[in-house]
Amino acid sequence: MTAYLSRRLGLPRRQRDPLPGFGLGLGLTLFWLGTLVLLPLLALVSRPWQEGLHRGLLAFAHAAHDGRILSALWVSFGSAVLAALFDLVPGVLIAWALVRSDIPGRRIIDMLVELPFALPTAVVGITMATLYGPTGWFGAPLARLGVHIAYSRTGIVLALMFIGLPFIVRTVAPVLRNLPADVEEAAAILGASRAQVLLRIVLPALHPALVTAFGMAFARGIGEYGSVIFIAGNQPFHTEIAPLLVVIRLQEYDTTGATLIGFVLVAVSLLSLAGISLVRRRLSRGVG
Amino acid sequence: MALRPVRAWAATGLLNVSYDPTRELYQDIDRSFSAAWARQHVGAPVQIRTSHGGSGAQARSVLEGAPADIVTLGLAYDIDILAQNGLLAPDWQKRLPHNSTPFTSTIVFLVRKGNPKNIHDWPDLIRDDVQVITPNPKTSGGARWNYLAAWGWALRQPGGTPDKARDYLKTLFAHVPVLDTGARGATNSFVQRGLGDVLLAWEDEALLATRDIGPDKFDIVVPPLTILAEPPVAVVDRNVKAHGTAEIAQAYVEYLFSEEGQKIGGKHYFRPVNPTILAAFHDRFATTDTFDIASLGGWGTVQKQHFADGGIFDSIYTK
Repeated sequence: MTAYLSRRLGLPRRQRDPLPGFGLGLGLTLFWLGTLVLLPLLALVSRPWQEGLHRGLLAFAHAAHDGRILSALWVSFGSAVLAALFDLVPGVLIAWALVRSDIPGRRIIDMLVELPFALPTAVVGITMATLYGPTGWFGAPLARLGVHIAYSRTGIVLALMFIGLPFIVRTVAPVLRNLPADVEEAAAILGASRAQVLLRIVLPALHPALVTAFGMAFARGIGEYGSVIFIAGNQPFHTEIAPLLVVIRLQEYDTTGATLIGFVLVAVSLLSLAGISLVRRRLSRGVG
Repeated sequence: MALRPVRAWAATGLLNVSYDPTRELYQDIDRSFSAAWARQHVGAPVQIRTSHGGSGAQARSVLEGAPADIVTLGLAYDIDILAQNGLLAPDWQKRLPHNSTPFTSTIVFLVRKGNPKNIHDWPDLIRDDVQVITPNPKTSGGARWNYLAAWGWALRQPGGTPDKARDYLKTLFAHVPVLDTGARGATNSFVQRGLGDVLLAWEDEALLATRDIGPDKFDIVVPPLTILAEPPVAVVDRNVKAHGTAEIAQAYVEYLFSEEGQKIGGKHYFRPVNPTILAAFHDRFATTDTFDIASLGGWGTVQKQHFADGGIFDSIYTK
């Protein structure tokens, strides 16, 4: 219509976008993103204010002084950071082994890495609690040594590590694959030791990918509920995670209280993801 | 095309939204009720579906629009919430006999075979060498009965006051190593993972565990004083009106109080309220002293006092 009009009026024809179907593509993207992601988030973010701005602020002030909420947030964020950090080393090693080496059964290992994506998280939690519980295969000998993994913060970190590992491997592997092997070989020919190759050649090139991988594993860990509640012990102030507190509030029919904690989880997650993305861009610029 | 009466062709659907430990009970009830209904109403069969989950979560799903014709939940408070939101009449609990409770249960101790820790009564639970498994009363309806059984017992001790009862509960929960979110989760911790020395449980769950899961693994200890657990049932007025199922839903809940319904309850380890039928099952239900929720002030009061945000249960967990 506009094209027809501009031709009739002798106006210069608007430059068509060189991408075919740009308008349709953008429309569909915005529609799906809007209905699937933004709308539910908007509903969550707006809920605490529905009974008036004043009531919402009061609820926040109350929550900020509630030691139980703060402890739960601390447990959730702290465990997620630790789990994502501890995942980096095995994650990079597995990715490296999958890309560079030709170990037998590589394809099977490749498939196994994705298993944590597919398993219902409750199954993960129950299995881990059984393994690491006081009578479990690993738990019983460890208990004799005085190490308790299940029903402690260690258990939470362990469950989150399991859930987060594929994020590291799947983010790092493609980058490693694109990193030409000749660079490593050249460095070796020029006399670099293996450690030097790893530290000076491979790792710097991986930095942005590592930060992304860490961010994804971390973000996944914050919201994880199913696996954690079975292995955490769920003791208030000690091993109670923020998502469990959300469920507890809902059980009290306190929707505002529940969304409030949800709001904080979303806000802090967004902030940390933004920070991570900033760091990654800095790193990419340094490398590129 | 002439309109034919649809009812004669399609079975009427009825949805019973229930809580976790009634899976086997209602499977049986549904089968025998459908058969009884079909005998009386030829050509108008009924198909009953029952959904199970944590009592509170089930109530919330009905609140948010799950099309339940009937609710059979773990505690009256969860149905009160539905009444408060206009789904059924506020006096729902008076519409059927026995506080609308066809079967009662009680809270008992499940211990390891032979009772190695010698646990017989509530004071034994807070001995130094005893660990107790009970779920979180905030997330589990069953756990609220456990908690209130302990509370009521402590109140009824010579010189018992709310303060002393609170101290008892604080000590008791210091002996709980894991707070599972639901009753089935707690049973798993105790049965499968070998955690703890005693599980606080519904009598029906404990009987199921000892008779069907491991007769050689567990013993049941019935404390001399415990709570009378009353899991009630109700027809959801607003939904049956919308579905046109009022008559059949009413017949269903009344069937639970019938001789046949009561027998099925007893078979699944729930105590029938009909004394004659209860007597027929005397070999499986130990006699013990009980107090009911009304004697503690009723669910409205109890919920506010104990389980609301900042209530007594929250106060026993401090940093």
